[in-house]
Amino acid sequence: MAILVFIEHAEGVVKKSSLEAVSYAAAMGDEVIGLAVGSIDEGALKAAGNAGASKVLHVTDEKLEKGIIQAYAQVINQAMESTGAEILVLAKSSLGDPVAARVAAKQGAGFVSNVSDLPDTSNGFKVKRSIYTGKAFANVEIKTDKKILGLKKNAVELKTDGSEATVEKFDVLLSDDSFKVTITSQDKATGEILLPEAELVVSGGRGMKGPENWGMIEELAKTLGAATGCSKPVSDMGWRPHHEHVGQTGVKVSPQLYVAIGISGAIQHLAGVNSSKNIVVINKDPEAPFFAAADYGIVGDAFEVVPKLTEALKAAQN
Amino acid sequence: MKILVCITHVPDTTAKISFTDNDTKFDANGVQFIIGPYDDYALARAVELKEASGGSVTVLNVGTAETEPTIRKALAIGADDAIRINAEPTDSMFVAQQIANHAKDGGYDLIMMGRESIDFNGGMVHGMVGELLGMPAISPVMQLDIEGETAKLAREIEGGKEYLELSLPFVAGCQEPIAEWKIPNMRGIMSARSKKLEVIEPTDATEAATLEKYEMPPAKGEVKMIDADNVEELVQLLKNEAKVL
Ligand SMILES: Cc1cc2nc3c(=O)[nH]c(=O)nc-3n(C[C@H](O)[C@H](O)[C@H](O)COP(=O)(O)OP(=O)(O)OC[C@H]3O[C@@H](n4cnc5c(N)ncnc54)[C@H](O)[C@@H]3O)c2cc1C
Repeated sequence: MAILVFIEHAEGVVKKSSLEAVSYAAAMGDEVIGLAVGSIDEGALKAAGNAGASKVLHVTDEKLEKGIIQAYAQVINQAMESTGAEILVLAKSSLGDPVAARVAAKQGAGFVSNVSDLPDTSNGFKVKRSIYTGKAFANVEIKTDKKILGLKKNAVELKTDGSEATVEKFDVLLSDDSFKVTITSQDKATGEILLPEAELVVSGGRGMKGPENWGMIEELAKTLGAATGCSKPVSDMGWRPHHEHVGQTGVKVSPQLYVAIGISGAIQHLAGVNSSKNIVVINKDPEAPFFAAADYGIVGDAFEVVPKLTEALKAAQN
Repeated sequence: MKILVCITHVPDTTAKISFTDNDTKFDANGVQFIIGPYDDYALARAVELKEASGGSVTVLNVGTAETEPTIRKALAIGADDAIRINAEPTDSMFVAQQIANHAKDGGYDLIMMGRESIDFNGGMVHGMVGELLGMPAISPVMQLDIEGETAKLAREIEGGKEYLELSLPFVAGCQEPIAEWKIPNMRGIMSARSKKLEVIEPTDATEAATLEKYEMPPAKGEVKMIDADNVEELVQLLKNEAKVL
């Protein structure tokens, strides 16, 4: 039976996390059908085939240009019905999560989020998910026929060797009831590397002393091609925007490299970074708890170390 | 305005996470339990809304008798009364159905809760409750103002915010900076003791997913320290050992 994957895109490009979701579904062995909503080039959707989709359903209803949660849930319900898919796979995102929750309730589907590995179907349907903000895992069994898997980043390797998918227009019936919410505006950084998707992250804490010192964080991030993040007090004080706040109560990141500068490493901050592949800590206090969670550490004053590190990186790039 | 705030009872954010009974039970030994931090934001905003324009705040928890101190704390923070649905909250769908069953005849104008619990981090109960009640559910809400029958919200999206308008009633999954956490004062603590805490039995509901076993992540290796005067070494390690450059 086919598996349906909800495919999100931003600025005309399919999100990497959605391609991971396609790869994940492909690794499960059944036919993979993607579902994309909104204006995006057919070519960009065909490329989802490389990750393992055989077909992508494309919904182009104008009313869906803005991500109205209820309407998107309706679209997914109809796509599951029309394809006969019993399993929906999607990446964790600010749109996907609330949409999937509605689909789950509507269809009585078992929904597991933060899934970190492929399912074990040898005896029932069991998946591993991250819990306690990355501090542990739970293996759970989904008992319902219909199933929804919300994936954590890096749950599987991205597949790139598939062949082009066919793109089919998919018409939906939208009820007025789904449009009780008006999105009045969006205030969104464009052209920046988005933190939840980033492979490299440079993050600054209260040790940076003030927003005026963020130039060196940005310069290091730019040199690396990294996104910028921060600790909670930094966003609480308004030094940086809230969407950069990493940790228990902020964004959870799982990049290849997380560089923490002037951040003490409180347990609530670590909760947001503990699935990073490599962690570098720069802190003037050798006793800072972050060092215990780090792979590489430098004890030193950020105001001296960071510019030197940026220079060394630039030198290595040449 | 009548507000329902759903709270979780979860281990403190600094608690050591470990398991017993052959990794099938959370080890609560010596662990302090708190109102979920996101739920605590929802509660703080609900109390502010009530203080500004009247009405009532009811807190609801799906949990066993052990959660009552946590519910009393919510009453001390400013909720007027409380309901405990007497069941182990093992599954999101089960919890959502309990909340929806209670709320469908409750006449609430607004149902608030945290964006996710900090134990299972599911982040789905608000959406499920919204669907079950046929109401919009918005999450993660970082700003919520009510003007008459209309609510103005800001929701966090990747790399920014989305501003929304909708009519009551609806469900909101909340996060900072919707309000500042409130610390109960002496008067609140005293009055919480005599506020009504009603215990009701759960209704039949689906358990969609069940726990098999917990697991701890593999232990982290030793940290490699690099001299502050030798940042080139770090660059080499990132390039050749970590292979991230
Ligand atoms: C329920 C709850 C949820 C929370 N959620 C989060 C969360 O999601 N994210 C989060 O980050 N926090 C969270 N916190 C807060 C957390 O407990 C810490 O207070 C916070 O992470 C500290 O931020 P910081 O490391 O930037 O600041 P500090 O703890 O003040 O650390 C600053 C560090 O900078 C170093 N430093 C100072 N000057 C320099 C210099 N010149 N060069 C190099 N290093 C220097 C210091 O040695 C120190 O280690 C939460 C707390 C609670 C109670």
